[in-house]
Amino acid sequence: MKLFPIMGGIHPDYRKEMTSEKPVVALPLPAALYLPLQQHMGAPASATVAAGDRVRKGQLLGRGAGAVSAPVHAPTSGTIKAITEMTAPHPSGLPTMTIILETDGKDEWADLPAPIDDPFAAPSQAIRERVAASGIVGMGGATFPSAVKLGLGTQHKLEILLLNGAECEPYLTCDDRIMREHADAVVDGARIMAHALGAPRVIIAIETNKPQAIEAITKAAQPFANVSVAGVPVQYPMGAERHLTQAITGRETPARKLTADVGVVVHNVATARAVHEAVRFGRPLLSRVVTVSGGAVVEPKNIEVPLGTPVAELLAFCGGAPGAKRLVSGGPMMGQPLPSLQVPVVKGTSGILGLTLAETRESEPQPCIRCGSCVTYCPCGLVPVEMASFIRHEKLEEAAKIGVQDCVSCGSCSYICPSHIPLVHFFNYAKGRIAALDRDRRKLEQTKALVEAHNARLERLAQAKREAAARAKAAQSENTDAGRANA
Amino acid sequence: MSIVVDKSGPFTHGSNNVQRTMYTVLAALAPATLFNLYLFGWPAIFLFLVTMGACVACEAVCVRIGGGDSDRALSDGSVVITGWLLALSLPPWAPWWVAVVASVFAVCLAKHAFGGLGQNVFNPAMVGRVVVLVSFPVQMTAFVPTKPLFSAAAPGFAESLHITFGRAVSLDGISAASQLGFIKTELARGIPVSQSMGQLPGLSDLMLGFHPGSMGETALPLILLGGLFLMWRKIISWHIPVAMLATLFLLGTVFNAVDPGRYAGGAFHLISGASILGAFFIATDYVTSPVSKSGQVAFGAGIGLLTWIIRTYAGYPEGVAFAVLLMNALTPILDQHFRPRVFGRTRKGEPLPLKGDK
Repeated sequence: MKLFPIMGGIHPDYRKEMTSEKPVVALPLPAALYLPLQQHMGAPASATVAAGDRVRKGQLLGRGAGAVSAPVHAPTSGTIKAITEMTAPHPSGLPTMTIILETDGKDEWADLPAPIDDPFAAPSQAIRERVAASGIVGMGGATFPSAVKLGLGTQHKLEILLLNGAECEPYLTCDDRIMREHADAVVDGARIMAHALGAPRVIIAIETNKPQAIEAITKAAQPFANVSVAGVPVQYPMGAERHLTQAITGRETPARKLTADVGVVVHNVATARAVHEAVRFGRPLLSRVVTVSGGAVVEPKNIEVPLGTPVAELLAFCGGAPGAKRLVSGGPMMGQPLPSLQVPVVKGTSGILGLTLAETRESEPQPCIRCGSCVTYCPCGLVPVEMASFIRHEKLEEAAKIGVQDCVSCGSCSYICPSHIPLVHFFNYAKGRIAALDRDRRKLEQTKALVEAHNARLERLAQAKREAAARAKAAQSENTDAGRANA
Repeated sequence: MSIVVDKSGPFTHGSNNVQRTMYTVLAALAPATLFNLYLFGWPAIFLFLVTMGACVACEAVCVRIGGGDSDRALSDGSVVITGWLLALSLPPWAPWWVAVVASVFAVCLAKHAFGGLGQNVFNPAMVGRVVVLVSFPVQMTAFVPTKPLFSAAAPGFAESLHITFGRAVSLDGISAASQLGFIKTELARGIPVSQSMGQLPGLSDLMLGFHPGSMGETALPLILLGGLFLMWRKIISWHIPVAMLATLFLLGTVFNAVDPGRYAGGAFHLISGASILGAFFIATDYVTSPVSKSGQVAFGAGIGLLTWIIRTYAGYPEGVAFAVLLMNALTPILDQHFRPRVFGRTRKGEPLPLKGDK
């Protein structure tokens, strides 16, 4: 397949060999699972169970609330111990509503929805409803509700479902293992999704550093004429949605638009597998494959983990991570620091990394020497050095003008910076501040509009009163005049 | 295990750092420098040491005055490069105080008065050179023919000490003009370039460095090799050197074809003066050159153009240092006008139009 170049990008040390040859193993069932009602982008789910309820595996625990949301299900059978606030698996460490499920070890299934017998004959709507009801979200880490993304076909003319098996983050091998071990499920899920989207073609993109995955998927895709596999160059951030779209189709997604606007929808391979499970077997999303790796982890593994498992148990299963300088959820490039070991694995947790100082190569920031590496390697064509200096002086508007909101936080600039300047940190700060300022401005404008409307209404009322009074006075004086005339 | 939530990722980093970058540059300069020190003997070695020492001392003093950690500042290696390049740009037998004055201006004024590493607008080494060039033109244009160490013509250790540190040393008897200076004076006397060129050493001798000049103006093959080494190590890219040398070569060749009596040829421009050193080691200074590749091409071309103009029309025979400083002043503007195109946007910064959109 003809590929197209993407700009910039880096070649970090991948270190995938620590786990790439380790088949996925199941985690022994933990004694308790901690299930945040918010494991996805959008509105949190609302709990449909109460403390003390007995639940079975696959039973609904929280219903999706609103257009962009996702439900939460019981990963195993047991009793609801509490629904309470607990530390979120997010760097803020803020509390989030969490259902605590005490497992009973029976792993007893609830009544599941019936499999959709012939998904390719079913209407798109039915597939989307099943995917939504199964709580499936983007499992590459973005955690956007998949059903919403599968609805893009209703407003856009789609040509390609691009299945993202690039897995360009160092260390992570969960997608690699899924493609090798569940190739048929991945291809089937992809075909179902393409059907729901109305996209005639499926292209599965895999970085060429995963030859076994390419082989397995190619074999699984063999019988289907509209499914093809593309080996893409090993180049971070190849797995970024817009960049992968460009590499495969040569189409550049305009700023502030979706890849769907250029006829492409991108889904992750693990999401495809989850869709396959939901449609063919009626099973909601209850677990995911997590890569536990890093130089500090005693025995790195790929593990099928029930959602809600505390990170501490995962690490203990891998022999612990003594001497870890950094504990990261996700990959080392775009992953986030863990606020605590008690936080649970959620739908977007692709990896848990325990990194040593030798791996993080952290060092005190030095002055910028304007080497321009960040400009050369930025895959978005931005000038990080300039944005950072604006942000350092709190000149957020200037930073926005030169594109800080177009930054995808891939981390290439920070990775390459010889002065170890935490550029992405600056950009994330700026993006957050600009969003907050925008919200404030909108709120202020709304308040102003409301106040103005209120004043106008009062003015109208006063005007009406004055007019009424004038009319009454006129009528009265007319009466008086008439009276006089009569008299 | 430690729970640290102090910054966004990435939580891994490339192997490069400021120090490694700086020391790679020094390694690239080393062969040419050693060869030149050999060519010009003890006085050159003394001058080199004096320049380096003065620059390091200035850096330490300035950083300490600013309340910084001078050990840390020195360890980044940036001042060593400044001192090194400054030494290469001086006539090898210049007196010690020329080097000291140049160092003070380079490090204290050009670098630290602007805020230290990364903040300076002008290339420190070139500021140092230009200050002494305009202040002490006699000492700065007294070039000597090469007298390799241990050769019969070379001055002894004691005599060399006297050349560098003595009072009222005159090099009148032995000094000679650099080739750029030579053709310029000859031209002023009415002798066409085409004729005066004949009296210069052959092109191959000029290439190898057996001719009068600053240290960085000789031993071209070694300097060129150093430059290519930097490119191979990805410390510099081709954009500035190629743009600069190509512009210089093109202008030289075209004008030489039009009037060989008035204008020197392209190849002569390339191998004369500080063209090669300037293109690979001075113009490519990170701090004072544009950050985008397109900006770097414009920057390099500008230096090539200005160098040619100064060499051809101005009073000074050599113009690389002036050209670099003039383009340094333009760097902030180049940075504003030459940006890469943002992904998904037009050059003007508007979102790309969708197919079917007007």
